[in-house]
Order: sequence, then structure tokens, then C-alpha cells
Amino acid sequence: MSAKLVVGLDGQGSGDRALAYAKRLAKLIGSCDLIIVYVIEWSPYSFQTAEENAQRHKRREEEIATAKKRIMEPALASLKEDGFEARGIVRHGDVADTLNAICVEERAEQLVVSRSSEGGFAKRIFGSSTANLVMSASVPVTVVG
Amino acid sequence: MNIFQKSMLTVGAAFATTAPAIAQEAASMDERVNAAFAKATGPFVNFIFAPIPGTSFPWIVMWLVIAATIFTLYFAFVQLKYFGHAISLVKGDYSDPNDAGEVSHFQALATALSGTVGLGNIAGVAVAVGIGGPGATFWMILAGLLGMASKFTECTLGVKYRNEYEDGTVSGGPMYYISKGFKERNLPGGGFLAALFSVFCILGALGGGNMFQANQAHAQISGIVGDYPGWITGIIFAIVVFMVIVGGVKSIARVTEKVVPFMGVLYVAAALIIILMNFDKIGWAFGQIFAGAFTGLGVAGGMVGALIQGFKRAAFSNEAGVGSAAIAHSAVRTKEPITEGFVSLLEPFIDTVVICTMTALVITISGQLMIDQATGNYIVENGSIATVGGTSGVALTSAAFASAFSWFPYILAIAVILFAFSTMISWSYYGLKAWTYLFGEGQTSELIFKVIFCIFIVIGAAASLGPVIDFSDAAIFAMAVVNITGLYFLMSVVKQELHSYRTRLQSGEIKKFHN
Repeated sequence: MSAKLVVGLDGQGSGDRALAYAKRLAKLIGSCDLIIVYVIEWSPYSFQTAEENAQRHKRREEEIATAKKRIMEPALASLKEDGFEARGIVRHGDVADTLNAICVEERAEQLVVSRSSEGGFAKRIFGSSTANLVMSASVPVTVVG
Repeated sequence: MNIFQKSMLTVGAAFATTAPAIAQEAASMDERVNAAFAKATGPFVNFIFAPIPGTSFPWIVMWLVIAATIFTLYFAFVQLKYFGHAISLVKGDYSDPNDAGEVSHFQALATALSGTVGLGNIAGVAVAVGIGGPGATFWMILAGLLGMASKFTECTLGVKYRNEYEDGTVSGGPMYYISKGFKERNLPGGGFLAALFSVFCILGALGGGNMFQANQAHAQISGIVGDYPGWITGIIFAIVVFMVIVGGVKSIARVTEKVVPFMGVLYVAAALIIILMNFDKIGWAFGQIFAGAFTGLGVAGGMVGALIQGFKRAAFSNEAGVGSAAIAHSAVRTKEPITEGFVSLLEPFIDTVVICTMTALVITISGQLMIDQATGNYIVENGSIATVGGTSGVALTSAAFASAFSWFPYILAIAVILFAFSTMISWSYYGLKAWTYLFGEGQTSELIFKVIFCIFIVIGAAASLGPVIDFSDAAIFAMAVVNITGLYFLMSVVKQELHSYRTRLQSGEIKKFHN
């Protein structure tokens, strides 16, 4: 049975660093499946107008299609090129909660994420997704700088 | 240059060239708008509020009360039995994680609430208590509790019979469930009733969802900055609404959608603080509410007067049975239409049983309503209870809150403007859905409605409260006539849904995803 590594992408350079580290780790482990995840930040408790609600399903499909095309497909292609077994998941939700839930669902050995790209005021008030994840994750987490 | 920019330039240029001349005739223009409006809407208003022969009781109020009672009994007090389950649904306990990113139960409820929580809770309650006395509050609460069953019925049907288009957008509401539901059950007249509902929905959107809001927002602003012609407020509001609904300036709507819930919480918190500061009067205030409910305590029309005002203003505030909420709730993502019915029954509870009661208690406790010390009854002048500053409507609520916090009228003014604005945005959507149901979807058709909507903002701000409130009530209640007729024919569909859901919930087939 091969080990599973979950890699959180953020659509930015820092996510690529996490992916690069996960590749190295996977090579060291040997038999290893990579599951790359992109979470579209979304809350079921946000406020929307009636018109936004009526179009929400359409927007959701568009958001998923865009994330797959721009983030997931290039990442999967590069992994395949390097000879890795990999698959991608795109989901809406709170980044920390969703990554953790996927790790539990997939029975992952470890989660690899990059250091948060958030900064400044928001980070001081709410904390970053990475910090939240490190504090609440159910599996070991590696944070790539 | 897009259509929005062109329109804005045209409006701006027209305003710049004509403003000085208009200003001179400002007062007379308001009067002319008011007289023409009252004359044009008189027959419609008189028909809707006609009393039952031999009584002073408007048939329309009886219509709403009977419907809410029938739904309550038919669904065996669903509002009590499933209240806890409704809260679980809103919390997302039963939401499939794979549906994340779709409209949640909470969002559908919050959107519908932003269309209903507003001036009805602030100004409408003041009108009810100002005419019907504190006793109107009792009937308002009862109407709110019964109305939960009406809301449950219409919102379940709204989701069940909504249109889901290929591009992923949805349209729902009474016009869809009446036409599709009647056809499914081989009942005649569905198409006619759906069209009639749409006509009344457009009038309701222009009346209660627009003119009443603009009118009271102007009253609030002029109460603070001093009297000035209403059409000026109307034009400013019309431009901002135009920017959102035609120009697609989502940032304005987004800010409003975030600030409005905050204002709602602030309003309830302020009311609670005032009530707690006067905790020694709470018992007396409830005494006035109960005594007034059955005796009237000297108000015009006595107990019946209190009852009529309570029921009227509750219906206007929570819109149960009117059908508007079914349009808002139909966007939710759920495999079980009835779950949205459960969630929607929280709406009259929050709107009427909680928020309206807060307003009524603050007005009663503040002592703004003048009491004849000799008899203990309220002093009635010209059909309304005399108030300390001669205030009515939103000004009465403002004065009541100011008796505890002198600065509160400023907060209330901002709240009223934001509530008015968010209600207008919600109702512009309800009206638009009815309009496109009648005239088809398409950019030109939609633009025509949106421009008409903006023109009515100016009329609403310029006209005086009397004719505006009469027309607003009449238009909203006319929607209820058609909607409730449809609900009677389709309520068995809801019962089947309820039975099936209950069986699967009890057997464990429907499970919680989160605990």
C-alpha cells in the first residue's frame, strides 16, 4: 500500500514551492500518491443579494472550471511528466477546515502546505489559514517556507 | 461608453439644467405628485381594504389570518414541531459538504430577511402601535406565529417548482409554482393566476418594496437635516439604486449586504438595553399589551382596531402569505424542497416575534404614547394616539429610542436608509422576476422595468405617507390574494413532502453531516 501525501495549492508561487517539496518527499518515500488540493475560499454564512443567489450555481461551476484549468491541470501535468501518480481536488470552503477534512477522508500520511501569503492587519486579527491548519490538523503538517 | 454611463450623463445633464427652476416649485411639485398619486390609486386601495359587510373589519386581513390558521392546523403546528430542526438546517448540520459553494440555507434565509427586516419593523410597528395602541403588539405576535406556517408552505413550493435553466441560474416564486403546480394537478386557471400574481408583485415591488421605503427614508433624513423637498431624496436614492441594478455596481450592494445585518443586530441590542434599563416597567408594558389586545384601552375601534392594526402591520412586515419570500428562498441548493420551508418559517419569527416586539416594547416603555391619567386609557386625536412630540411612523420609533439615548436617532437614520436601500434592492429583484415572467427575459425588457422602478423611488419620496402606505399595503395584500388561493390548491403537495421527509428523518435515511 502506497503512502498518500496531500498538497495544498494557493494558485501562487508559494503553492509551487509546496508542490516542489512534496515531489522531493515523495521520491524519498518511494511508493507514494500525491493528492493536490485547491480550496476556493467560501463561507456558507456570507451575505448575498437575491440576484447573486439565483446565479450562484452557475458561478460555482465557473469558479471550479477556472481553478481546474489555471491551477490544477498545469500542476497535474507537471507531476505526470515527472512520473508521479497524482490526482487533483477542487473544493469550496474554509481553507484550513477543507484541507484537513480531505486529509481525513483520504487517510493521508501528511499534509504539505506553503507558508501563508497573507500578511498585515488581516493576519493579525484572524490568523492565517496555515497557522489555523497547524493548530487544528488531524495529520502531520509540513509548512514549506 | 456603455448604456449605464450614457444614462447617468443624461440624468446628470437634465438635472443640472432644470434644478434651479424645479427648486422654486419644489413644494408644489410634492403636492401635485401626492394628489395625482392618491387619486390614481384610490379605487384599488378601497377595494383591497373594503370592510366585511356589516363590520369594520377589512376582508383582506381576515383572508390572511384564516389562511395562516388553516396552514397551521393542516400542517399540525409545523412551526412549533420543526423549529429546532429549522435551526439545525440553518447551522448546516444537514448540508452535504459536496455542495459547498452553493447557496446555503443560511444565505437564503439571510437574503430573504434583508428584504423583510427593515422599515416594517421600525416604521410599520410605530404605525400599528400609534393607531392600535400597545394591544396591537399582541395581535402582531400572534400573526407572526401563525404566519410561520404560511411562509413554510409557500417557500417549500417555491423550491419544488422553480425553474432551473441550463446555464445554472434559477427562477422561482408563486408565478412558477402556481402555473406548474396547477398544470401538474390538471387544475384550470394556473396561467391566469400566475399572471395576475405577477402584476400584483410588480405593484408590490413599486409600492411596499420601493415607495414606502423611499418615503420613510426621506422622512428620517429631513427629520435630522431639516425639511426639504422629498423628490431630492428620491433622485439621490434613484441614482444609487440605478447604479446597482442597472450599472451592476456590485460593491454598493455588497457593502449594504454586510452592513445591514450589523445594523439589525445593533438595533435589537439597543432595544434590549432600553428594555433592560427599564426592567421595572416590563411587567407594566406587557400588561398594557394584553389589556390593550382585548379592550383597546380607548384606541379607535377598540379591540378590533388593535387587532386590525396588529395583523396588518405584521403581514406587511414579515410578508407571510404574500409570496415574495418564495422568490428569494428558491435559489437554495437542496435536494429536499421542504428543508427550505422549515428554514423559512424562522423568518416571521425573527422579523415579527422578535424584532417587531422589541420596537413595540420600546415605544410603550418610553412613554411616548400619551395616557389620560384619569381613565388610564390612551388619548386619541384624529384616529391616532396622541404622542409626546406629535410624531408618527418612523419618527415615533426614533423619539422612543431617543428618550434613552439622545444620539440614537442618528444611528437609526443610517439604519433606516440602509434598510430602505437593501429592501429596495431585494424588491427590485422580486419585481423583475414577475416582470420577466410576464414579458420574457431580455436586456431591453429588464431595463424598462428597472427604469420604472427608479422613477417610482422619486414619486415615493415626494408623496406624503398616507397615500403611499395605503397603496403599499394594498399592492402587497393583493399579492396575498392570489398567492394564498394558489397555496390552498397546492398545500396537499407540501403535505406529501412533509410526510415523506418525516418518515425518512425518523428512519435515519436523512442524516446529519455535521454534529
